[in-house]
Order: sequence, then structure tokens, then C-alpha cells
Amino acid sequence: MARKATTSRRLVMTFVAYTFALILFFPILWMVITSFKSEADAIALPPKFLFFHWTLANYIDVQARNNYWRFAFNSVALSFGSTVLGLIVGIPAAYAFAFAPTKNTKQILLWMLSTKMMPAVGVLVPIYLLLLQFHLLDTFTGLILILFLSNLPIMIWMLYTYFKEIPHEILEASRMDGASRWKEIVYVLSPMAVPGIASTVLLNIILSWNETFWSLNVTNIHAAPLTAFIASYSSPEGLFWAKLSAASTLAVAPIVLLGWFSQRQLVRGLTFGAVK
Amino acid sequence: MATKQTQSAARLLAAPSIGLLLIWMIVPLGLTIYDSTLNYTLQGNPVHKFIGWTNYYYFVTDPAFLTSIWNTLVLVGSVLVISIVGGTGMALLLDQPIFGQGAARVMAISPFFIMATVAALVWKNLFMQPVFGLFAWIAHLFGAPPIDWFTNDPMIAVIIIVAWQWLPFATLILLTALQSLDLEQKDAAQMDGAPPLSYFWYLVLPHLARPATVVILIETIFLLGIFAEIFVTTGGGPGQATTNLTFLVFRSALRDFDVGGAAAGGIIAVVLANIVSIFLTRLVGKNLEG
Repeated sequence: MARKATTSRRLVMTFVAYTFALILFFPILWMVITSFKSEADAIALPPKFLFFHWTLANYIDVQARNNYWRFAFNSVALSFGSTVLGLIVGIPAAYAFAFAPTKNTKQILLWMLSTKMMPAVGVLVPIYLLLLQFHLLDTFTGLILILFLSNLPIMIWMLYTYFKEIPHEILEASRMDGASRWKEIVYVLSPMAVPGIASTVLLNIILSWNETFWSLNVTNIHAAPLTAFIASYSSPEGLFWAKLSAASTLAVAPIVLLGWFSQRQLVRGLTFGAVK
Repeated sequence: MATKQTQSAARLLAAPSIGLLLIWMIVPLGLTIYDSTLNYTLQGNPVHKFIGWTNYYYFVTDPAFLTSIWNTLVLVGSVLVISIVGGTGMALLLDQPIFGQGAARVMAISPFFIMATVAALVWKNLFMQPVFGLFAWIAHLFGAPPIDWFTNDPMIAVIIIVAWQWLPFATLILLTALQSLDLEQKDAAQMDGAPPLSYFWYLVLPHLARPATVVILIETIFLLGIFAEIFVTTGGGPGQATTNLTFLVFRSALRDFDVGGAAAGGIIAVVLANIVSIFLTRLVGKNLEG
């Protein structure tokens, strides 16, 4: 039996842990609080922490003036588009690597991983010029393709680590019963792999939603997601802190919530299965 | 046993992903290498003459290059140290028997899910703005003059912002690893009356070594490419003070329209990142044996 920690020790540790956790969380909290202030209260000195006139005006303003929902829609479309493409190409590949490995499988998986290591800036010039040439700058097609391809290795890896944990015998049994390979994937494998696929989808949505390098460089207005919309607040004349905070809160809320629910599963995908 | 027929079917299933990634890797990289040998600007003459290593020569001998390499090292190094040390501490704290562990954990890892542009602008304005920012007010409370972060200490400001995003990542990974430390091992150590310090030194730290290495390598890959945080706060300045290699290449390409020079810089960035990725790939590859 482990010695039980004494209650007083436990209280002290709780206090210390919460203090540090709160320090890390505070900028987010402060952003959310500021989003409910008037612009005057947002820059008031001394700062107003809780006792000010709480207002929803910024949230109304942000979406009325800046067409917030169009950017939000773009973010959703880009994340889901790239995720769906990733699943279509990634699931069959992960299936093949997990259930019919050849002597090259390991090499191929590591090579896929290495494409993820390539710094985006190394290929910025040709990708930009290619998009320009094919009239794909600032289009959904262009950015979805980039997000899809740059996240594909992570998706395949994550699916692969989940698939590998499914017992082969079940698939063999279904094969004996005469199921075709396609049926095997759709009816036998996929249901068992749902948790793994769901985690993969979540990770990919989070990564696509928060991607900034490509979205800042290859979009402008038409296909610009929320990351770019927020960046437009960086100009000095756009210094409306309350509105910036409201727009930011709306932009990060869905992803922070998704992240909270899936922290543990994300670890596997983020570390390519090295930490579970 | 995999039959021959299974093998060929498997090859067919894997082919699209392999093909697409092959194109995604080879075509742009090939074009970058090709462009890097040309006298190619978006504003200049339409004929792109082959000039061999000249772009590399000019890119590397430009004083901005050495500055950017130095800035990249400072940024990556500082954030790594802060996030590994802080992340280990935070993970150990959260692994203690505390009340409401779930809530503390959620708060501590949340910054990792905040998009870079939001993180950078919230810090730049709400905290670091020298008149109305929270830090200026805190300095005022202590009777100290406020720090004008982005004028006087721009690199420190960028490091704070980036470390705030990545410390939680280290916490998340290390905490997950800690919680997989065998409970029986913990109990056995306590039964044997191992003092907490040696328990920590001989059991916990070695257990964290591997995940910590993974964190270092993954963070390095991402930190080498830090862009948005610089883009929305300092724009690489003042002067070159916060221009890292990624930002320098971006500036050559999309501000100075020097395609050839930017391509040469891009290839240099690829080479640097590959040195890191070789280690990461080895480490992850070992995992495949099991």
C-alpha cells in the first residue's frame, strides 16, 4: 500500500499547482474578461478586473462590422475539407501498413514522417508561384490541398498506431467469411477503429484551424481563415482591445474546447506514437 | 501470414498516399533548388539566367543572414529551456495527489490550443503595451518604469509569447508519460522506503528522459519555423532584432521579390531542419520495433 499523503500536504500541493496553472491560464482569462468590457474600460488604469459594466456589445460589433462569420466559415471549411481528404487517403494507407506490412513499411512510414519535418519556408517560393500560376492563390482549393498534404503524414501515423492495436484475428475471420477488402475496411475495421479515427480527426481539425504560415501567406480575403482575420488586428489603427478580445475569444473557443476533451488522445498523434 | 494477393492489394491501398506525398515533397523542393540557381526576381527582367551558387553566396554573406541564424538559435534555445524545465515542473506538480487535478490540468495546457496570431496579439496589447498593458501597470505598482517591450527587448517579448504556447505542450506530453509510470513501481519504491529524492532521481527522471527527448525534437522542428508570432508583433524588427531564418526567407520572397535569393535561403532552412529530423526519425523509428 502506498502511504496516504496527509491532507495538509495535499492542500499545500493543491495551492501551489493551482497557482502555477492559473498563471499559465491567466492570459486567456484576461482576454475573455476584456472581451466583455467597453473600449474605455479595456484600457482603464488601474485595470478593472471584475467590477465594470459587463457588455456583449463587442461580440455584436465584431460580427456586424468585420463579417466575422465569413472567416469562421472559411476556417470550418478549410479544416473539414482537409480532414476529409486526409481520411480518404490516410485510412487505406494506414490499414495497409498495419495489417499487411512488408519489409519496406517501416522505411515508408519514417519517410512520410520526414516530409513533415520539411520547413514550410523551404518551399514557400515554388508553392506560391505554382498557386499564382494556376490561379489558386486565396482559394479554398489551394489552401485545402496544402493543409491536407502537410498534415497527411501525421494522420497516417496516428491511424497506424491505432490500427496496429486491433487484433488481426478479427479481420482474418471476416475474410474467411468471404468479406471483400473494401467491406472489411468499412464494416469490420472502421467500427472498431472509431475512437482512433475520431482522435485523428480532432487533431487534424486543431492543427488546420490553428495553422498560420500558409494561411497568412497564400490567402488574402476570399479564403482567409480566422488566423488571418485576427492578424488584421495587428495594424496600429486597429487597436480596439475589447473588440480584438471578443474576436479572439470566438476564434479560439471551439478549438480550446475540443482540446480539453481530447488531451490524452492528442498526445499520441503529436508525438507520432512515441508517447501514449 | 500475408499472402501475395494481400500484398499487392495493400500496395494499391498505400499507393495514393505515397504518390501524393512524393509529389508534395519532390516537386516543390526540386523547384526551390532550381530557383535558387537563377537570377530571378519578380520585378526584374523576365529572363531567368542560371547563376550557379551566386544566390547562396549573397544570402550567406549578407549580414542579415548571420543575425537571423543567431536569432533563430536564441529563440529556439530559450523556448526549449523554458518549456522543458517549466513543463517538467508543471507536470510533476500536476501528478501530485492534489484536489481538482482535472481542472488544474485543463488550465495549464490550454495555451497550447490558442492560435498563434491570437496569442501574439493578446500578449502584445493586453500585457506588453507600455502604457495601458497589464505589465506596465504592475511595474507602476512597484514604482518601476514600464518596459517598452517591443522597442527595447523585442526578442525577450517574442520568447515569452512563444514559450507560453509551448510550455503547456511539454507539460501535456510529460504528464501523460508520468501517469503511465507503473503504479506498482511507485508502490514498490515507497514500500522499500525509498526517500522521495532518490525515488525521483532513479525512477522518475529516467522515465521522463525519452518523452523529454521527443518533446525537444518536435518543438525544435516547430520552433525553427516560427513565423506568425513575429509577423503580427514586430515584423522582424526593430531593425533585424527579431528576424529569424524563416522570416528572412519570407521577406526576401514576398517583400523584396527576390525569388532566387529566397529559394537559396529556403534550402538552407531545409538542411538545418533535416539535421534535427534525423535524430527525431531515429528515435521514433526505434518505437516501430516493438
